[in-house]
Amino acid sequence: MAGQEQINPSSRNEEQAEEADAAIPTSPAAQSSAATQGVDDLLDEIDGVLEKNAEEFVKGFVQKGGQ
Amino acid sequence: MTAGAFPDGGGHGGVRRVMGSETEYGIHAPLTPTANATVLSARVIEAYARLNSSRLAGEAGARRATAGWDYSDEEPLHDARGWTMPRNRAHYSQLTDVEPVLDATAVALAHGRAELDYSDVESAEQPLMNMVLGNGARFYVDHAHPEYSSPEVTGPRDAVIWDAAGDLVALESVRALQEADGTGPVNLYKNNTDNKAVSYGSHENYLMPREVPFSSIAEGLIPFFVSRQVLCGSGRLGLGQDGRGVGYQISQRADFFEAEVGLETTIRRPIINTRDEPHATADKYRRLHVIIGDANLSQYANYLKFGTASLVLGLIEAGRVPKLQVFEPVAALQDVSHDTSLQHRVRLIDGRRLTAVELQWLYFEAAKSFAEETGAGHPSQGDGETHALLTAWEETLGWLESGDERAAQRVEWLAKLRLLEGYRDRGGLAWNDAKLGLIDLQWSDIRPEKGLYHRLAQHGRMEKLVDDAEIAAAVTAPPEGTRAFFRGMCLSRFPREVTGASWDSVIFRLPRQSRSTRIPTREPLRGTRELTGALFDAHQDAEDFLRALQQQ
Repeated sequence: MAGQEQINPSSRNEEQAEEADAAIPTSPAAQSSAATQGVDDLLDEIDGVLEKNAEEFVKGFVQKGGQ
Repeated sequence: MTAGAFPDGGGHGGVRRVMGSETEYGIHAPLTPTANATVLSARVIEAYARLNSSRLAGEAGARRATAGWDYSDEEPLHDARGWTMPRNRAHYSQLTDVEPVLDATAVALAHGRAELDYSDVESAEQPLMNMVLGNGARFYVDHAHPEYSSPEVTGPRDAVIWDAAGDLVALESVRALQEADGTGPVNLYKNNTDNKAVSYGSHENYLMPREVPFSSIAEGLIPFFVSRQVLCGSGRLGLGQDGRGVGYQISQRADFFEAEVGLETTIRRPIINTRDEPHATADKYRRLHVIIGDANLSQYANYLKFGTASLVLGLIEAGRVPKLQVFEPVAALQDVSHDTSLQHRVRLIDGRRLTAVELQWLYFEAAKSFAEETGAGHPSQGDGETHALLTAWEETLGWLESGDERAAQRVEWLAKLRLLEGYRDRGGLAWNDAKLGLIDLQWSDIRPEKGLYHRLAQHGRMEKLVDDAEIAAAVTAPPEGTRAFFRGMCLSRFPREVTGASWDSVIFRLPRQSRSTRIPTREPLRGTRELTGALFDAHQDAEDFLRALQQQ
């Protein structure tokens, strides 16, 4: 979980962050499941446009020097 | 005019000043991965030139009518600290004052791989390396990348519009290239690294009064540049120049900086670049060449990048910039970039330790009170832009500080991070998973159907500052408040007679004259629509136009 701490862009520690995140939605259950569904749909959509063979594609992206 | 309406800088307390952007695009032909990057880049420019000519002529395949670049005022080796680097000591990439010719040497210098393909180079017609566009921009091959240099604008909102117009120019180019060529797609990426030790820039330019001492500019800007990445970094997967360190960081560029102050832009990159090439009346102005920024697709990130820099330069010009001195700024820059929790404390020479967000608050408070004093920041009687910029700066810093998720709709590194986290949560992917690497890269693909920034924006997940229609119009229309208006109008109105142009000149060659006429444009705030619009309206013929211009 060390990685999780790294990526929390707030001044709070993990526990406080979880509390705060839970406190934001006004009707928590409905909103968070709608939000999760939204994110899932988005990730599905992005899966459909990602270049094939990620490893090879990223490896092939080699640039010459620039400014 | 209202307070702060003079965009030449000089202590007016507002965001308005002459500024512009330069974007070097990453270039990749996935089906021919060994293709030479300089040749590929020339093909991109060439495709746009063909498209442009056929539009001008109203028919496909028309004669290429493209103005070249006028190199006579380029001075890449002039150092703002008061000297000039001898040519024989300069790195070849610094010699940007001569017309590049796409010959075997140029191709080899661009580090082509073993399978160099010279067939294009030796073809009968020299490929086009440079274009000046009807919107006043320059679109050209810079070493091994296509580069779009925006026309000069007078504020951060226009900077966003004409920078984004460059992405559309790039998009039209690769679409035209694919249609014409059939060798497979050539992709362009608005990013700054290949994650394999190579970086390429997206630069900002700001016009400043010459009398501001360079040392005070460097001193005032270093702590600002160390910290501003929390607002306008674009995010990068991987740590270190070669990207092999596991993790995600705030800035694309931070790990590639090795010096505090210097003339170079391609080697030993400095936080403060001293290239003193004003492209304007040299005893009056300097052009501050900023090389440390990330390329931004997020409109708000770009807006904050240009607007906050302009305000901080105003503070420096007025002697009101916060007195801050960062201990070991290069290391601090990288430490800030590597801490996405935003908790890293930057050590100052006076012993204080402040986070990047806290440093930004100090600049914000100073800029806000100065803009209030001068009146530039007044909501209704100000300069029309500063109040909005200050509001966006304050909101975004506040959201970052409190962990408010609205920050992710503006701050590009955070938006990308949230997307990567989404994949990590769903697929249990490690930070060094190839799929995440692809997402980091494809984030910046300029094609709206492929680029992941664009996909998020289409879903309303990135807050927009300007309408798509405004950006589309800026592909062909120049900004009206600078000499870019004159340049752009000359090019679109007289494409056959204008044979060359640069930031500070337009060259005409009339059919019945043996010599060219060079119109100098050394004052960035002349050649505006206000000053020259009527001339363009009154004279449809180039010869009449020139005669009337010279009688003014």
